[in-house]
Amino acid sequence: MIALNPVIHNRSKPGKFSMSEAAGFEFIQVKYLHILDIPSLAIRPGVVTSLLGPSGSGKTSLLRLLNKMASPTSGRIYYNGADLAGIRPVEHRRRVVMMSQTPVIFEGSVRDNLTAGLRFQQKEIPGEDILRNVCGQVRLAQPLDSPSAILSGGEKQRLALGRILLLDPDVYLLDEPASGLDDETADCILDMLVEKTRSQNKTLVMVTHSKAIARRISDNLIHIARGRAASGAAG
Amino acid sequence: MNGIIDLGFYQVAAAYIFVIIVLAIIRHRGISREKEIVIASFRMTLQLVLVGYILVYVFDNPNPFITAAIVIVMEAFAIYTIFSKFRGGLSTGLKKVIALATGAGTVLCLLFFLFVIVRVNPWYNPQYFIPIAGMLIGNSMTAVSLAVKSLTDGMTTRKQMVEEALVLGATPQMATRDILNSTFDSAIMPTINSMIGMGIVFLPGMMTGQILAGAAPTTAIAYQIAIMLGILGAVALTVIFTLQMGYRTFFNKEDQLVGETGIKNL
Repeated sequence: MIALNPVIHNRSKPGKFSMSEAAGFEFIQVKYLHILDIPSLAIRPGVVTSLLGPSGSGKTSLLRLLNKMASPTSGRIYYNGADLAGIRPVEHRRRVVMMSQTPVIFEGSVRDNLTAGLRFQQKEIPGEDILRNVCGQVRLAQPLDSPSAILSGGEKQRLALGRILLLDPDVYLLDEPASGLDDETADCILDMLVEKTRSQNKTLVMVTHSKAIARRISDNLIHIARGRAASGAAG
Repeated sequence: MNGIIDLGFYQVAAAYIFVIIVLAIIRHRGISREKEIVIASFRMTLQLVLVGYILVYVFDNPNPFITAAIVIVMEAFAIYTIFSKFRGGLSTGLKKVIALATGAGTVLCLLFFLFVIVRVNPWYNPQYFIPIAGMLIGNSMTAVSLAVKSLTDGMTTRKQMVEEALVLGATPQMATRDILNSTFDSAIMPTINSMIGMGIVFLPGMMTGQILAGAAPTTAIAYQIAIMLGILGAVALTVIFTLQMGYRTFFNKEDQLVGETGIKNL
């Protein structure tokens, strides 16, 4: 196994980031089972970061560490300067929301699924207009009251994406968000997400197999190979 | 009322003709269950004979320590029976929950039943304490077994749903709510069904026993109504305790699902 010293070249936009140097995610000597071994890594806020690497390299595990769905076996992860180990997991997951590669769609209607996260987070359910607007953003044409069981794989993925958009978190963690979508829809939705991230000073961390997509939309690239991560400039 | 007809040795022995008939049928059909049926019949006979002699002694020599000891043995056996149904599959945490829930739920209902409803005197009167404890603990044992089976199955088959809810910001309680509700439903349903069919589909054992022993049917029915409600309470309480404490054993302190099925390696 080759130890990579991360070289961080952010394609940062001057004046864009007002958060401190400690903001975002910082990994210090993080090990996770036999899957990840990351001596040092920073994921800056307010930018789009793509995780690239072969299958089984630990990309999804890294995403789960960021969301506290998994905890490091050793080492520390800091979020906005605070040790993740000391942050309440449910509170953290409400600010740092993850969409898995094959999101689960709950029983019920499109509306039930769109609002599932809001109900879990005990937030107010928005009106029809906002729900329809989100469906439009993710190009989901199905009526709100149609049963989710009839949706195709791609529609389910877009529904899951709409579900997390409604949560309006600080950080979006997306595991292969474009895998079930045709190229045109994927481009359109990813562009919308990137625009939202940049205009609202959110953070987007995305796992992708596609180097082309990663280079097109990302400010930061993190390459993971055999559990080791290295950052690099996009483009 | 007429006195009870005593069953002599040969009359009881004649009842074993049913076992012989069952053995003949299953042998004819090629079902290899002879050994289990013979062992079950033998164990049932031996256990009841022994219990009969023990109860004669206990009833003749009422003592609070002996009564309490018998109830503790009943509880321990019920808890062991639940564990043995899931040999090798239950986490230490869930085992502790089962023991605590079964003990607490049945004892609370037993004390209420004896001291508030029946008002036994002396408080440790074994003639009331032991049979009523047996009914409450026995029914609760069955219900907790069903609940644990349904809970572990649900946490395995619906693991992805639970994970999805967690990543969307649900607490473990919110993420498992559907599983806990359906588990409660499946655990308590046999008790509800037996209440619905009672008196029409079948006459319950306790009532039949009292009537055979010469009690007035109205007295037997009053006891049966009270004990059925007591069983309902004990079953509901033990299952609720099991579920409310049990679901947490599938998560670690970071609110992450534990292990492949959530039931081991805690």
